[in-house]
Amino acid sequence: MAVPKIVESFTGSVNNVTLGATKDDGGTRTSKVTVGGARNVVYGGSFEDASAKPVIALDVIDTSPEDWPDVLSEPYKDVLGSPADWAKKCVEELGADLVCVKFDGIHPDKADKDESHAVKVTEEVLKSVGVPLVLWGCGNDEKDNQVMPKVSEAAKGENCLVGTVTEDNYKSLTAIALADNHHLITQAPLDINIAKQVNILVSDMGFPLERVVAFQTTGALGYGIEYAYSIQERQRLAALTGDKIMAMPVICDVGYESWRVKEAKLTDVTGWGGVEDRGPMWEATTAICLLQAGADIIRMRHPKAVATVKNLIDQIWQ
Amino acid sequence: MIIIAERINGMFKDVKQAIADKDKKVVQDLAKKQTEAGASYLDVNVGTASADQEGTMQWLVETIQETCSTPLCLDSQKPNVIAAGLKSVKAGAAVMLNSTPLNKKSDEQVLDKYIEMAEQAGPKASIIALTMDKNGVPQDIDTRVAIAAEIVQKAMEKGFDTQRLFIDPIILPVKVPGAQVQPGNIMAAMDQIRYLADPAPHMTIGLSNLSQGATERSLINRTFLAMAVSHGLDSAIIDVLDEKLMNVLATAELLMNKQIYSDSYLRAYSPANK
Repeated sequence: MAVPKIVESFTGSVNNVTLGATKDDGGTRTSKVTVGGARNVVYGGSFEDASAKPVIALDVIDTSPEDWPDVLSEPYKDVLGSPADWAKKCVEELGADLVCVKFDGIHPDKADKDESHAVKVTEEVLKSVGVPLVLWGCGNDEKDNQVMPKVSEAAKGENCLVGTVTEDNYKSLTAIALADNHHLITQAPLDINIAKQVNILVSDMGFPLERVVAFQTTGALGYGIEYAYSIQERQRLAALTGDKIMAMPVICDVGYESWRVKEAKLTDVTGWGGVEDRGPMWEATTAICLLQAGADIIRMRHPKAVATVKNLIDQIWQ
Repeated sequence: MIIIAERINGMFKDVKQAIADKDKKVVQDLAKKQTEAGASYLDVNVGTASADQEGTMQWLVETIQETCSTPLCLDSQKPNVIAAGLKSVKAGAAVMLNSTPLNKKSDEQVLDKYIEMAEQAGPKASIIALTMDKNGVPQDIDTRVAIAAEIVQKAMEKGFDTQRLFIDPIILPVKVPGAQVQPGNIMAAMDQIRYLADPAPHMTIGLSNLSQGATERSLINRTFLAMAVSHGLDSAIIDVLDEKLMNVLATAELLMNKQIYSDSYLRAYSPANK
């Protein structure tokens, strides 16, 4: 009897998610992005089982960021404070698949901007680029509930990815994202059980799980990335073994997490090498690690890191 | 858990009557209700309702497929009845052939026939094989395991993927004199059967048989189901309309780390999300 060939295969698969509405779909996007669809772990099974090519969403902050280190803000120095120009640069010069408009400026502890500001930024970015958008709140529940529904409405029909909703704050944004025909990001604090719970909650509101992208607060290299990795991995294995509530593609916030750690941004540390390379390397390494856990969309910031990660993705997902 | 819903069976009065009257509605309602309640497969058993078992099997299959696309588990120990049902199953659909013993006095090659029918029905077809042979249903652990080993070996010899093979160690009514030792024996047998191949064959049981004739049927069924899940049971033919049973199943799978916990896990286990 021949030795049987053992190939690990799975019964489930990750949902396919397509973002962006072109003219044919009633929107104004000039391109669409499809992610997900994995039927095996990264590098597992045959090539046909692999996910769609992972994509990079470049961050555009709605107001000029005050806490960015020089090494990060330098490449964007001409466009900081102008989200429309910034987005254009991300797409035309840096090859962003998606633009993630991050509304830090509406946070009460930051610029405390109101909804008219956020709507204006959304409209301007929609006009300046043709890629699908990710529209991401500031993380303050009260302010997000006030502003993000207006942002969703301003991008109605464009099939954006809006978020985030959490276990304790999901109703307003879920309802408006459903009405405006967007996709939705469900967030959990590095917690697989809460991730499942928040997916159930939005599903109970009638939001189709096929239009959800899952987000776990990401850790950077050296700051608990092993937890982020193992949770992403567990989530992916659940999807592959048929858990429909965990079968969504995954987004990771690598840019923010990488650039808040001292290893990425401190200058003049003996033996650490120059920050011009060290920072982008920190971001790229974090991204690559999470790609191997199965991340489908990676939010990133530094052009050098983006180039490195895009190169890797192009080589692996040919 | 691969849940096979048991109710479309000519042994039940309503189904028997529906077969006699060719009343599609009764069968289709059961198909829909069981699907909504979480069935992965719908068992289809002609029972003793009709002399024309082949024709009745076909009628049941066609009637169910008119109303839902839940995969079917064709339930008969007669290969010709299974073959008749397979003719009406939509091409390429997942289907289960339930069930065959290792061999019969009247038909030494019965397992081969089921495997061949499953191969012909396509890559999504699987079979349920009973740990039973021409000498009948074994009472002890070792004979159950030995028969299971022969079944697995036969499948491997024929190149039939063991992941498409379900072993049913046959649960007997606990009320039958002397049978009280059987639930324990079955779990001990399952502990060994799962090591017969890698990947392991699935294991299934016709759960309701356990409580045949007993009071507290639902309680007996769900208690044993939880126990058996902890011994590797990953499929069962059950009454999916028994909500308490389904909740115990969800919880047992959770405690065995087969499902990810969430506060609403009972809702998450519901069919809408499967």
